[in-house]
Amino acid sequence: MSLSIHLRHAFPSISLDVTFEAPTPGVTALFGPSGAGKSTIIAAAAGLLRPDACRIAVDGRVLGDTAAGVWLPPERRRIGLVFQDARLFPHMSVANNLRYGMRRAEPGPIQFDEIIALLGIEALLARRPHTLSGGERQRVAIGRALLAQPRLLLMDEPLASLDAPRKAEILPFLTRLKTTLRLPVLYVTHALDEVNRLADSVVLIDQGRVVGAGALADIATRADLPFAQRDDAGALLHCEVAGHDAGRELTRLSGGGVTFLVPLLDLPLGSRVRVRIPAREITLAGKAPESISMHNMITGTVRRIAREGARRSAMVEIALPDGALLSRVTPDAIGNLGLVEGGPVLALIKSTAIEVLGA
Amino acid sequence: MHLPLVLPPVVTGWLLLITFGVRGPVGALLHDWFGIRLVFTTAGASLACGVMIFPIMVRAIRLSFEAADPGLEQAARTLGAGRLDRLFTITLPLASPGILVGGIVAYATCLGEFGAVITFAASIPGETQTLPLAIYAALQVPGGEAKAAQLSLVSITLALTGLLLSEWFAKRLNAMLGR
Repeated sequence: MSLSIHLRHAFPSISLDVTFEAPTPGVTALFGPSGAGKSTIIAAAAGLLRPDACRIAVDGRVLGDTAAGVWLPPERRRIGLVFQDARLFPHMSVANNLRYGMRRAEPGPIQFDEIIALLGIEALLARRPHTLSGGERQRVAIGRALLAQPRLLLMDEPLASLDAPRKAEILPFLTRLKTTLRLPVLYVTHALDEVNRLADSVVLIDQGRVVGAGALADIATRADLPFAQRDDAGALLHCEVAGHDAGRELTRLSGGGVTFLVPLLDLPLGSRVRVRIPAREITLAGKAPESISMHNMITGTVRRIAREGARRSAMVEIALPDGALLSRVTPDAIGNLGLVEGGPVLALIKSTAIEVLGA
Repeated sequence: MHLPLVLPPVVTGWLLLITFGVRGPVGALLHDWFGIRLVFTTAGASLACGVMIFPIMVRAIRLSFEAADPGLEQAARTLGAGRLDRLFTITLPLASPGILVGGIVAYATCLGEFGAVITFAASIPGETQTLPLAIYAALQVPGGEAKAAQLSLVSITLALTGLLLSEWFAKRLNAMLGR
């Protein structure tokens, strides 16, 4: 099953021409700078903007196809849209806002009580939207969209208008939604941490074009794509809790075909977690040092070495049995170690540098 | 549509008279087919008032519709609401403070209507006599000052009440909408 979007539209300032396909269910992040055309894609998918040419289909159901003359209006698309500004109806209580879409949709799998519990908004039901904080408002807006039983959920920078603490308050709810409701989600953002925590696949958009698309773990470790060219570039791996060592206060995570040691986690065995390892935190070595504080010494193969001119550095892609790591080092270090593409390399990672992002 | 706002009320009344009079093009039809006579009747006075306040109402309603956030309508659309559904559940409720205030102002204007009513419906006590008409009539009679003063007091009270009421309503409704 998949979400497939092809769209062409000319604005006075920018022309948009994007085609991508994303697996469903799952969260697909549309990532790119402001003005790249991300919100236009969302508006077209919702039916609020009719592009010059497009074909949009979710799991085989065509929402709009200009070539075939098909264009469903927004109210018949069964699509949930969460705006950057929550857009709650000010003349209704939170409960009536939540029920607005629900009353107009056929009954579906998403239950009222389940959603208010998931989003932690039980206490807000009788309140009016203007008495809510920004974070609360956004949670209600998400609930309202979900209760309309959408077949596709669109989120247009839902956290962009919130400050860091409010954002941190909502992200866990979104992670929970993602694992509980198996729904296709198209999520627009220009914040890397949201992508790392939520996305399964990524579509990189720049100046109206798709510059890269695929699974997040793959896209994150491609030195030729903008993701890996950021200061905070790093690899993302899906891991499983393989064991705890309470005595040494360490947890073993297996993922990417290797095992990592991280500071003890309070998670049951078998839990699935996302792990992010920043490129600047990985030290490369030719052979194992004898006495060192680092717990993780991982053998891999150099997949690619990409010079980063302006930074006076180089990005090294390290292939693992099932995944990849990124390491940013100086070109001098590459010379000293004699690294060549296809050759072996040892990646040294401090346990404390491995970020565990939750499920 | 805004013509009655700028036209002298007497002219509006006269135009009504030649249109809705028993020999006027519309008035003759009403009279011959349905036996309805508007001139010099309470209904006629109401019609004259209605024509006078029409532009005020239209303006109030239009301004409140224009002030409504189109983003909320978009949100309602994505939640499955069709055109009429959105009108009754989103647009009208959000425009209601403006419409209500427009209504109260229009009502107060009606009570004070003079020129159009006297021209079209005359000044028949208990039938077509509005407050200002009664005050004017009282002043034409020797010794009618006391009655005119009483009526003016009633008029002032009504006007003030209307004004305060509309302010209070608008405040209440806007507070409810979080504005």
